[in-house]
Amino acid sequence: MKTIQELEEIRKKTLETISLRKDQTGTRVVVGMATCGIAAGARPVLLAIMDEIKKHNLSDVIVAQTGCIGLCVYEPIVEVYKPGQEKVTYVKVNPSKAIRIVNEHIMKDKVVDEYTIGTEA
Amino acid sequence: MEMYRSHIMICRGTGCSSSNSEQIAKNFEEQLKIHGLEKEIIVERTGCFGLCALGPIVIIYPEAAFYSQVKPEDVEEIVKEHLVKGRIVKRLLYAETVVEDRIKSINDVDFYRKQKRVALRNCGIINPEDIDEYIAFDGYKALTKCLTELKPEEVIDIIKQSGLQGRGGAGFPTGVKWGFAAAAKGDVKYVLCNADEGDPGAFMDRSVLEGDPHAVLEAMTIAGYAVGGNQGYVYVRAEYPIAVKRLGIAINQAKEYGLLGKNILGTGFDFDIEIRLGAGAFVCGEETALIASMEGERGAPRPRPPFPANKGLFGKPTLLNNVETYANICNIINKGPEWFASMGTEKSKGTKIFALGGKIHNTGLVEIEMGTTMREIVEEIGGGCPNGKKFKAAQTGGPSGGCVPAEHFDVPIDYENLKAIGSMMGSGGLIVMDEDNCMVDIARFFLDFTVDESCGKCTPCREGTKRMYEILEKIIDGKGEEGDLERLENLAKNISQTALCALGQTAPNPVLSTIRYFRDEYEAHIKEKRCPAGVCQALLQYKINPDICTGCTICARNCPVDAISGKRKEAHVIDQSKCTKCGVCMEKCPFKAITRG
Repeated sequence: MKTIQELEEIRKKTLETISLRKDQTGTRVVVGMATCGIAAGARPVLLAIMDEIKKHNLSDVIVAQTGCIGLCVYEPIVEVYKPGQEKVTYVKVNPSKAIRIVNEHIMKDKVVDEYTIGTEA
Repeated sequence: MEMYRSHIMICRGTGCSSSNSEQIAKNFEEQLKIHGLEKEIIVERTGCFGLCALGPIVIIYPEAAFYSQVKPEDVEEIVKEHLVKGRIVKRLLYAETVVEDRIKSINDVDFYRKQKRVALRNCGIINPEDIDEYIAFDGYKALTKCLTELKPEEVIDIIKQSGLQGRGGAGFPTGVKWGFAAAAKGDVKYVLCNADEGDPGAFMDRSVLEGDPHAVLEAMTIAGYAVGGNQGYVYVRAEYPIAVKRLGIAINQAKEYGLLGKNILGTGFDFDIEIRLGAGAFVCGEETALIASMEGERGAPRPRPPFPANKGLFGKPTLLNNVETYANICNIINKGPEWFASMGTEKSKGTKIFALGGKIHNTGLVEIEMGTTMREIVEEIGGGCPNGKKFKAAQTGGPSGGCVPAEHFDVPIDYENLKAIGSMMGSGGLIVMDEDNCMVDIARFFLDFTVDESCGKCTPCREGTKRMYEILEKIIDGKGEEGDLERLENLAKNISQTALCALGQTAPNPVLSTIRYFRDEYEAHIKEKRCPAGVCQALLQYKINPDICTGCTICARNCPVDAISGKRKEAHVIDQSKCTKCGVCMEKCPFKAITRG
């Protein structure tokens, strides 16, 4: 038998996994996954981002994919959309950079400047 | 916590299942494995999204890409393109959601924009076979609140204040009904759910049970607490195998979690629910017949009073509500009666689910706020009649209801208004008819159903509806005579005043309302032996217009009974004594020289 507290825990835990089916208000992380992105190593980046989000139990973050943005030379490209803020585009991302992006930008709102487009050329 | 970046929601309601959605789900699982994505992406089988006309439907989150009419062989492309490369497969998207290369949110599409999903809130969003997902979207919160914060009479007051009325058809105030059952004296009380949905064209109760079974179970448990009952039964027809299966799974999961059974949530309240299968008799939707059937008797109604609230199942006080009524309860408890009462019209509160069928573009399930007009439902949500045909009428309330003609298109729909124009809310079937439908034929269709389903216990219904049916047959066969309409009206009046149960009393409604609004059509059948809509075969004649006919001989060559003769390059004629009125000649004529009338 479940207690009321246990019920509340189930609610919270499950909501984290399925909240992306309801109104989406949180952060969107978009990974470029066209042929160019995948060839440059976008899949390990995507998996690293997901692992990191899982590790920190971040519920309001959505990981999505997109096709080719046209900057194939800079792939893997990761874009971070925070509500009410400008989009930030990270280029030539690898799994370790991805982990830093999650930890600093997504969790602490600190953009990792040195990985963004324009600085990392 | 398991993190999935993408959720594939596949409708496993009856509609989409019958067009192979289970195979689609299996193909997705297989393709995800092939591409090594099974740990990142989850496949969920859900309830009805409502847009059954375009099934099978697959929605992929987080993009909320709405794929329609998906075939099992499309799955590989969706996985390779959308899920591996992030490129949405546009050709498979529901066309309405694509605007200038961009996807529109599904809530902005005409079909959903005007809807308000309260009773259907979880349908298509959760996996109905997973209690955790129901709990996540505030499931069992209302029950917790009732058991820990509210007294039974306070629960009843909340339901009363909300203004909720029975969604099964009659519209009796739910809170008042609960009050009667609570006041009834008895050591044992039963809480029943009427899931014996029998109207032709109605399938909202089935969809609620298939898509959100826990909502009904939770509400029944709340009802048990409010009226002082400890045992519930869901009476559901055996023709709903998916609903029965999911209900069974839901009951077991609720028991496992201690949300049904002894000492629920440690509060000391006991409540259990069992399923009883009905064999699909229409009359068993009537409460006293339903109770008789559950007791193992023949499903036939008995006179009331005593009402079930005092003397119901096994002679004990019994509360009986319809599926959709229960589906509203938890939301009312969670959000408050004021929230519910703020929706709808002055007298009819909340929302109502309608099953759209017949001559309408978007066949499916819609939930609208009370007070929405028929025009909004048929034209905006339903997309109008197919092939540019003109809307003629809509039948609400199934065989107990009546038709709403085009002239009442702008009447806000609620219990009172529908009654005033000679129809009724009914359980929510809404069958749309266009200019090609003959209203006499429609009346006969519904009466045929009632004659077939009459339990035979009382004479007015057993004999009276049969006699009415015979008169309609006569009219349709071109043998109608002066006085037939008066005879129909007279019989109808007698049946509605003397039949034992509501099913008999309302059986003449389809005839009465079609006579009321389409008397000229009846008269054309009787006096001119003509069917204006061109439906009633005995009254049809195909004719060739000699001025247009070029003598091409196509019609003569295609006529299956050699009823057409004529020389090449000369006008042809149809021998009416041979013609079987199959209409092939009219279809084949390249010059539109053949008319029907």
